[in-house]
Amino acid sequence: MEPLSKKRKVLEVKPLNFWERAYLPAITQGLSITMKHFVKNVFAGGDVTIRYPEQKREFSENFRGMHSLKRDENGKERCTACGLCALSCPAEAITMTAAERQKGEENLYREEKYAAVYEINMLRCIFCGLCEEACPKEAIYLDGDIVPTDFLRKDFIYGKDKLVEPPLNQ
Amino acid sequence: METADLLIKLVLVVVIFAISLVVAMYSTYAERKVAAFLQDRVGPNRAGPFGILQPMADGAKMFMKEEIIPTRASGFLFIVGPSLAIMTACIGSAVIPWGPQMQIAGRVIDLQVTDINVGILYIFGVVSLGVYGIMIGGWASNNKYSLLGAIRAASQNISYEISMGLSIIALLMLTGTLSLKEIVEQQHGWHWNVLYQPLGFLIFIVCAFAETNRSPFDLPECETELVGGYHTEYSSMKLGFYLFAEYINMFVSSAVMATLYWGGYNYPGMDWVAAHAGPTIAPLIGVAVLFAKIFAFIFFFMWIRWTIPRFRYDQLMHLGWKTLIPLAIANIVLTGVIATLIEKFA
Repeated sequence: MEPLSKKRKVLEVKPLNFWERAYLPAITQGLSITMKHFVKNVFAGGDVTIRYPEQKREFSENFRGMHSLKRDENGKERCTACGLCALSCPAEAITMTAAERQKGEENLYREEKYAAVYEINMLRCIFCGLCEEACPKEAIYLDGDIVPTDFLRKDFIYGKDKLVEPPLNQ
Repeated sequence: METADLLIKLVLVVVIFAISLVVAMYSTYAERKVAAFLQDRVGPNRAGPFGILQPMADGAKMFMKEEIIPTRASGFLFIVGPSLAIMTACIGSAVIPWGPQMQIAGRVIDLQVTDINVGILYIFGVVSLGVYGIMIGGWASNNKYSLLGAIRAASQNISYEISMGLSIIALLMLTGTLSLKEIVEQQHGWHWNVLYQPLGFLIFIVCAFAETNRSPFDLPECETELVGGYHTEYSSMKLGFYLFAEYINMFVSSAVMATLYWGGYNYPGMDWVAAHAGPTIAPLIGVAVLFAKIFAFIFFFMWIRWTIPRFRYDQLMHLGWKTLIPLAIANIVLTGVIATLIEKFA
């Protein structure tokens, strides 16, 4: 049959010759390879390990970690509890309760409506970033670190205390 | 025998026992470290500086773990297995000459527990008993995979013991004695047996790998085919004994190889050192030389383990019966012919 491409290789299985059957040349060759690695690692520190707790690997710029709710340049919370993030969330991890801004709270919230309760269930979140994309107010970003471990399921429901950025004037 | 002599022997026994345990303990650490370096990793580095305390941590873990004896296992034999394995591993070191005669306060001390005139036979006897530990353990587990592993170990040890014995015969034809002490003394200075018996040494070291169940001949413990091997059902320190026995075996067989083929405590220029360092210090240098050789062999064991993949079972048997035994016999004939020719014409 005519070959479709020139990639085909005919495999030849030859019987092993004497030296191949004696194993020893191949073994010495293998030993020399591993010895090279040994010498390199002992005397030149050639290992590629990142010593984790002391040393951390840099995340890429578009790494999606823990969420944070942003404040504007005056320190007011950007979120207006429109619910688009919760709507766009495929894992249904976000829940919120909206509230109306009272008199005297203008320095806390940017618009009349704000999120009184904002919770993300980190066990459900798949870090897809759709909330980030859906938000019309640029209020939520997944720019944090890895979500830390915990022992109880309830501790993975992150409220505003963990999500909102710290105030500017601190 | 005087009381003082008896006391000295007792101290020697305890010291050698302790040394072989410590060496075995730190072999586990060295194994992991060497493996890491051969594979561009770091290895244990958490417990103490450079992970020096890792063997202690491992030991503590082994002792603390839950001990499980399967319901259908044969209880008595299940315990006898690992005990036998570690016992036979430990008693092999009794006939190895660790150094030349030493003088302390006018008293001459042999740095050897006992110099029996059948030293090599004793070692072979003890080493071949080691397989009972594995066989009994595999049988008592009442697990077909363990039994398969144990049977593999038994057939492998028996096959390789033949060529090991044959390779030794050629050596004995040259030395004319079975006493390890005399064999070492004959290798004074540079006259190491490996120079006269290179093929014999090659056969011996291959068989030593198979006898200690080390890679590439570690068929009794084959994760892919046998779950774990003869020690599948073992947990806590009983498993620890099996693993530990392997390391003690490695130490003893390294010592035997160094003694039989690589001159034991002999080294070039030892007469000059003996004349200058005195009869107390010079033997200690000899002991250090022997241990350097032993550690080199232990490193070689590890180096091989992390380089060469495991043999297939039929390849193993093929190599043992169809290659090593004929080679060993050829070595005997060759040695005999050459020795006779030298005797006739030189």
